[in-house]
Amino acid sequence: MSTTPVTPKAIKTNRIGLQILDYRGGKTTLCAGCGHNSISERITEAFYEMGIQPERVMKMSGIGCSSKSPAYFMSRSFSFNSVHGRMPSVATGALLANKTMRSIGVSGDGDTASIGMGQFVHLMRRNVPMIYIIEDNGVYGLTKGQFSATADMGSKLKTGVVNDLPAIDICALAIQMGATFVGRSFSGDKKQLSTMLKAALSHQGTVLLDVISPCVTFNDHEGSTKSYKYMQEHEEAVSEVGFVPYFDDIAVEYDASTTVDVQLHDGSHMRLRKIHDDYNPTDRANAVKMLMDVHEKGEVLTGVFYVDTQKPDFTTLLNMVDEPLATLPQERTRPGREVLTAIMEAHL
Amino acid sequence: MTTSQLSAQAEPATQSARGANYIVNDFSIQIATVNGSGSQSANSVLLRSIFRMGIPVSGKNLFPSNIAGLPTWYTIRVSKDGWVARKAHIDVLIAMNAETAREDVLSLSAGGAVIYDESLKLNELRSDLAYYAVPFDQLATTTGADAKIRKLVKNMVYVGVAAKLLSIDMEAVEQTVRKQFAKKVKAAELNLNAVRVGYDYVASTLTKHDPYVVERMNATAGKIIIDGNSAAALGAMFAGVTVVPWYPITPSSSVVENLIDLMKKHRVDANGKASFAIVQAEDELAAIGMVLGAGWAGARSMTASSGPGISLMAEFAGLGYYAEIPGVIFDVQRTGPSTGLPTRTSQADLTFVAGISHGDTKHVILLPGTVRECYEFGLEAFDLAEQLQTPIFVLSDLDLGMNNWMSEPFEYPEKPMNRGKVLNAEQLEKLGGFARYKDVDGDGIPYRTLPGTDHPLAAYFTRGSGHNEKALYTERPEDYENNMLRLARKFDTAKKLVPKPILQGTGKEKVGIIAFGTTHWAVIESRMQLERENQLATDYLRIRAFPFTQEIHDFVAKHDRVYVVEQNRDAQMLSLLKIDLDPVQLVKLHSILHFNGLPIDARFVTAAIATHQGAGK
Repeated sequence: MSTTPVTPKAIKTNRIGLQILDYRGGKTTLCAGCGHNSISERITEAFYEMGIQPERVMKMSGIGCSSKSPAYFMSRSFSFNSVHGRMPSVATGALLANKTMRSIGVSGDGDTASIGMGQFVHLMRRNVPMIYIIEDNGVYGLTKGQFSATADMGSKLKTGVVNDLPAIDICALAIQMGATFVGRSFSGDKKQLSTMLKAALSHQGTVLLDVISPCVTFNDHEGSTKSYKYMQEHEEAVSEVGFVPYFDDIAVEYDASTTVDVQLHDGSHMRLRKIHDDYNPTDRANAVKMLMDVHEKGEVLTGVFYVDTQKPDFTTLLNMVDEPLATLPQERTRPGREVLTAIMEAHL
Repeated sequence: MTTSQLSAQAEPATQSARGANYIVNDFSIQIATVNGSGSQSANSVLLRSIFRMGIPVSGKNLFPSNIAGLPTWYTIRVSKDGWVARKAHIDVLIAMNAETAREDVLSLSAGGAVIYDESLKLNELRSDLAYYAVPFDQLATTTGADAKIRKLVKNMVYVGVAAKLLSIDMEAVEQTVRKQFAKKVKAAELNLNAVRVGYDYVASTLTKHDPYVVERMNATAGKIIIDGNSAAALGAMFAGVTVVPWYPITPSSSVVENLIDLMKKHRVDANGKASFAIVQAEDELAAIGMVLGAGWAGARSMTASSGPGISLMAEFAGLGYYAEIPGVIFDVQRTGPSTGLPTRTSQADLTFVAGISHGDTKHVILLPGTVRECYEFGLEAFDLAEQLQTPIFVLSDLDLGMNNWMSEPFEYPEKPMNRGKVLNAEQLEKLGGFARYKDVDGDGIPYRTLPGTDHPLAAYFTRGSGHNEKALYTERPEDYENNMLRLARKFDTAKKLVPKPILQGTGKEKVGIIAFGTTHWAVIESRMQLERENQLATDYLRIRAFPFTQEIHDFVAKHDRVYVVEQNRDAQMLSLLKIDLDPVQLVKLHSILHFNGLPIDARFVTAAIATHQGAGK
């Protein structure tokens, strides 16, 4: 027996006393190396670091490889794997029922940009307060590798088939439709994605994050524009994203001529150090132009493109009572006897 | 649950003081106009004035799918016996539409009366009618109304003309107009003036030579007039609905439009905050998606639509069934797809809704036949949805939803809301967790938790059919099968909870009739006709819900012949009965089908049954 005294290793916990284990999900069944798994890890870390109670979170998804991923993070959160392309409506309904919950939706490029386009744009338009992540790989994985609508023109499938239709730029679309926090990242860019997720958790409104997440099985080859290699060679950050959470000291200095400071709804600050000269994350038209110009050059622009902290979110617009509608007591949802009597008299 | 049937036999026929030459309180009026001409409020005044005189009435609007310029007919049936189904034959015509006037006159019953604009020169078409030519434009001008509103005023002139010719009390008309324009005193006076101009014109210029008149009765005291969609909206509000996503579609839009008005008045607190969210969705897929999201998160949620919109909801309806999520869907049925006859009535969504979605789905359906049931089932549907954790469909139709019906006033719900099997954090702590899809009580209904329940064991993963009792993903055959069998048990439990059918008749006759929804009103009148004219006594069972309860099996078993009367081409109720009934009983079933877009009438039912009976002898 050792004589060295054993000091128990301190268990690391977050602001609300939970361990990272409390944010873990089930074992992934996605392919080894799939970008989606990295995104699940970043989500787990972001919620842990921000100290968000898992029971206060709703995880929403549609159908596809990406939509399976909510099973692989945060098992203590409530999860709804709905139908193909329709997660936005289910997520909206759930938030109407209980606006005090946080909501994170995980979708794919097929689930969003094809079958789900109708509901997607209306979610953006309403500025429904949730984080909407697109795990974007340019192909349908679960049905074995057909092109999706975010595949770039000229991109090649393994079988040699070339995509001859233009890609839908989900970020440009989201900005135009009314989303109030729009950015793109890459599953392989741990730091940028992590920072953007934490900032997203501090925003009240629709956050659209288009995360390029290579499909190692069907779209990671030469000729693909959504491969790890292509992203490593063509990713072009518009800004460097920094984040100071509301519970940390804000004293860190920044240079206002090179950095945009955005105060988010919970008091956290997002600091965006310009890389592009004409970068202005509060100018919608400029953001869309920049996305188009860079795409034209064959590069993939990442970073936070647009943020608006003023526009009211959908649940605020509806002017509902403070408590969740779902659990209002009968006294508050069933008008009194005299109301019915008066209505009946009016119909006599 | 009680139903309000305006008993046809309750009121003895009024003895007319006028003698044998008059037909008193038993005729129909048709007003032929052009849609967009603002005739609706005039027609309503006419209907409600007669109602105010204590005489049973019903009003049916036959309108085109158009905003302005196409023919519209409004029919008022006056019936001392309380029959409120459509009457196929028209006795009094108010011909205001030049385009249809000729056809309208040719379709009248012999001896009928025609009130028409003198420019139409209809009096030469037939010699067996009583004609009343009225210079409507000229009279409208004499009212002194602005040129802009003269078109509307003209409608009130025909109310006055009809009032004088049919002996409608001016006092009743005045009270009706003042109530209808309660907040607009100036408008009330303007309209009343127009009514008087029409009334006086008849008094000074025309001589009555048709037999149709009204006389005061006491058969409507305490009764209300309301349309089914308004009634359904009332039911939903008192059911405590909180989340209402919808997409406009005729004939269901007024369910939600009425609900919006009601909720703004009665469900906004002192701080101006709403205890509800009503959202116009981008389409019906989104509407039902939001219903399920809200139901999953614990809200009482509903939407309203009609056949084409319901079609779009099919996939989600199946998800709701398998993921076991409460929600209420009002389907106000109409005919056909898209540009079919969207403004005509039918009962043709029945089989579709019963199994709507992918394989092996069965849905609970409530079938209101009266406006009062639109209210009561509107309330009941929310309890059932949460008790059974499944989408509940309420199948109304255009005739019930958009037309005016008399009814006993609605009763305030005495039962507290039943929110179903929902576990809270304390219960979870005591139980040490739960299995979302486990049949703990043997009724097939599992326990659920709501998002936000503050316990580490509260959460579960919601998905389609591939789950085991613990809501974990599985593709194991026995897990799937067990879940399917439990869902079937749950459907059996539903039989104990849904509204039971209502029997009319002695229960001992040889011939039985089965019907549901608005077909009811034609059937009860037809039973009287069959008894009087064909000496055929019948029993009648009105089905009010699917799944079918034992009473329905017993009814068929007890009768030699059973006529299933419904308003669709494919005998949909009969088809559902065939699936459920003992095969030896099936030979007894005979279909009576009405599907031309107009509400079914008693004469049609009587003729069909009489023919069948004759052939069967």
